[in-house]
Amino acid sequence: MSERHFVRDLSDLPTHGHGPSNLTWWGTMGFMLIEGFAFVLAGFTYLYIMMQFRHWPPGMPPPDLTWGTLMTAALLLSLVPNVWAKRVAEASDLRGTRRAVLVMLAVGLVTLGIRGFEFTVLNALWDSNAYGSILWTILGLHTVHLLTDVGDTAVLAVLMFTRHGKDPRRMGDVTDNALYWNFVVGAWVPIYALLYLVPRFA
Amino acid sequence: MGPRDGVSSSELRDGPSLGEEDTMRRLERTWGTPPGLWGWLTTVDHKRIGRRYIATGFVFFLVGGVLALLMRLQLAQPENTLVGPDRYNQLFSMHGTTMMFLFAVPIMEAMAVYLVPLMVGTRNIAFPRLNAFSYWVYLFGGVMIVVAFLMNTGPETGWFSYVPLAGPEYSPGKRTDFWAQMITFTEVAALAVAVEIIVTVFKMRAPGMGLNRVPLFVWSMLVTSFMVIFAMPAVMLASSFLIMDRLVSTQFFNPAEGGDPLLWQHLFWFFGHPEVYIIFLPALGMVSSIVAAMARRPVFGHVPMVLALVATAFLGFGLWVHHMFATGLPHLASGYFTAASMMIAIPSGIQIFCWIATLWDGRPQWTVPLLFVVGFVVIFVLGGLTGVMQASVPFDLQVHDSYFVVAHFHYVLIGGAVFPLFGAFYFWFPKITGRMLGERLGRWNFWLFFIGFNVAFFPMHLLGMMGMPRRVYTYPAELGWADLNLTATLGALLVAASVALFLVNVLVSLRAGRIAGPNPWNAGTLEWATASPPPSYNFAHIPVVEGLEPLWDKAGPLGMVHGLRVEEREVLLTTVLDAHPDLREPSPRSTIWPLLSALAVTVLFIGSIFTPWALVWGAVPLAVGLVGWFWPKRRHVPPEPVVES
Repeated sequence: MSERHFVRDLSDLPTHGHGPSNLTWWGTMGFMLIEGFAFVLAGFTYLYIMMQFRHWPPGMPPPDLTWGTLMTAALLLSLVPNVWAKRVAEASDLRGTRRAVLVMLAVGLVTLGIRGFEFTVLNALWDSNAYGSILWTILGLHTVHLLTDVGDTAVLAVLMFTRHGKDPRRMGDVTDNALYWNFVVGAWVPIYALLYLVPRFA
Repeated sequence: MGPRDGVSSSELRDGPSLGEEDTMRRLERTWGTPPGLWGWLTTVDHKRIGRRYIATGFVFFLVGGVLALLMRLQLAQPENTLVGPDRYNQLFSMHGTTMMFLFAVPIMEAMAVYLVPLMVGTRNIAFPRLNAFSYWVYLFGGVMIVVAFLMNTGPETGWFSYVPLAGPEYSPGKRTDFWAQMITFTEVAALAVAVEIIVTVFKMRAPGMGLNRVPLFVWSMLVTSFMVIFAMPAVMLASSFLIMDRLVSTQFFNPAEGGDPLLWQHLFWFFGHPEVYIIFLPALGMVSSIVAAMARRPVFGHVPMVLALVATAFLGFGLWVHHMFATGLPHLASGYFTAASMMIAIPSGIQIFCWIATLWDGRPQWTVPLLFVVGFVVIFVLGGLTGVMQASVPFDLQVHDSYFVVAHFHYVLIGGAVFPLFGAFYFWFPKITGRMLGERLGRWNFWLFFIGFNVAFFPMHLLGMMGMPRRVYTYPAELGWADLNLTATLGALLVAASVALFLVNVLVSLRAGRIAGPNPWNAGTLEWATASPPPSYNFAHIPVVEGLEPLWDKAGPLGMVHGLRVEEREVLLTTVLDAHPDLREPSPRSTIWPLLSALAVTVLFIGSIFTPWALVWGAVPLAVGLVGWFWPKRRHVPPEPVVES
């Protein structure tokens, strides 16, 4: 390219954005699509196995409602601080973001605690039969997502209190983390219906 | 903004006030990979990773080919004793596994890793560290399964590992567990590349390259990447169920406890059939690139071509049950899947006719890449015809699990993917290495391959009709299959000779091939607008695109934008539909963390073959790797505004 034919100067373009301007947002969407589809297929597997049995759950009571329902309530309520975290990050409010990330970390730890109790009242083991297998697998799959997001939030929380917290790009990380939490919550609602309500009402 | 007094060097931008030599020198310093082993291990340059991805994929092609030759030698005469039944089981399982999971899908994605950023006019792929991570995970998974095979622990239940044969009862030991984890390795790698390519195509196209100006190869990779995203989770789920059934006694596929072996087949083929198109669509993109360049005109019917790609992708997800016609499905379901299987011939036909029209209307140059395209059309159409035959349930039931099926899918896969791939090697080799591959050896390579392929695989149609089942390690002489089998083996040897010639051609051309220059074929897309091989930063200035074939559309020099940093790695992001400039985005430097994270993943995956607790303790080094990866490395923060969107 010996001859240079410049048509536009892009020096004035900004160097970071939120939402779809942001490369990470697209990456997060991509992985949410992958994981979301894995959940869908796991859900189909649940229904497929259900068709193999005359009674559902087969010869055992369904999972106790208490902890699962508490989980659903906790996750839905967590959307309030989550939206707040996204807003303060978008407003580049460093102090607000620090607090919001800490709150979300606490929320995440609470949900992990609830999940621990959930596993104790499933009334089936993974090796009892195919019902137990898919029940444990779906709950396990969702738990991996919870763990991932809580881990990510913990790292972000530390990061926000270092000098890197002042980098405006970290605010984009916080909004992407909030997006991912929305996904973790959004995935849970149909899973709750499948694991807790379908055995009772279907 | 140029290099004015008072502007720190990190603020320096490309543009009219910075001389071309100076710009290139600075960009090379910023984007270049450090020399030596450390640079090799830490690079995030899509071209270097793409190159080693391609080379690794080709090595697995050779491995799979040697396994195939061993099988052909065993079958060359009746009651042969070269290979025993147990080894033979591992040979065909390993051959299919290697060719599908370690060669075909990875090498197609590898070509995209190298080419897509160049074709859309950007400096690196989106998420370059993820790209490096993907390569390492793929490499380690592939090495793992080959080592397992060499230690007599190779997969033994076929490339689709049907249960109950692959279950704990009939496949004791670790052979199938290694196979299942090989799936996890390769799918993680494939999914990572799929996301990178989608984001690169959506957000990193050169200004002006609206979706209507995206080259067909890039379209094909975009569509393929979406197929990967929807297909791969099915097989990861299936192989996880399988390994859990084997290791922690879940009951997914155990009918005694409410499981169902057909669940495996549904999940596997929900992935497995789209997999065929995941291999085939990139090849179609390659064919379009070659045909346009060789015919000296854009591909006839650009929009129908794109729609055909998309239609193939959608239909590809509605065909999986045609692999299961012999399992006793309801008639209605069989009818639906027969119709869907026949419909896929429509978009394939549209594309074939568009290429023929392009060549008809153009002034085709009969170079080696175009020869391979013609070979592709002939062989693929034959494979497509036997495909339409098998879409019919009564016919399928007759030839199910026979050599007819082996013939069919080798016509489709080798014809539909390997021929275009070799064409692509000849076509893009000059871009990647700066030198042309030899035409003379290339023609020998092509004709030996074309003739050898047909000699090897055409007789298999007849063997299948005569009742020879696939996956048998030998056969008695009285069945009368010996001559056709010997013919097939001779054909396989011709193909091997052809591939050997290709290797010779590569080695000779790397040293003494004709110097290519930036655009040896006078092609029209952006990868030909830069030097061969391209510099580390791809383009000194980001080009502006005004048409489908930017290098043909303008008589004068290509327009460019300027204003990107030259002392920091920076890429241009544009809007999804119209490719308007949107952001300047920092791009990561070389780093060791993707390799360390891939090693941690390897420990976790291989550990989990032996104990489920590896998922727990293996998560610790992985978490360390990922935190190291994402921890910010920038020394200072440029004071620039945040944009709201």
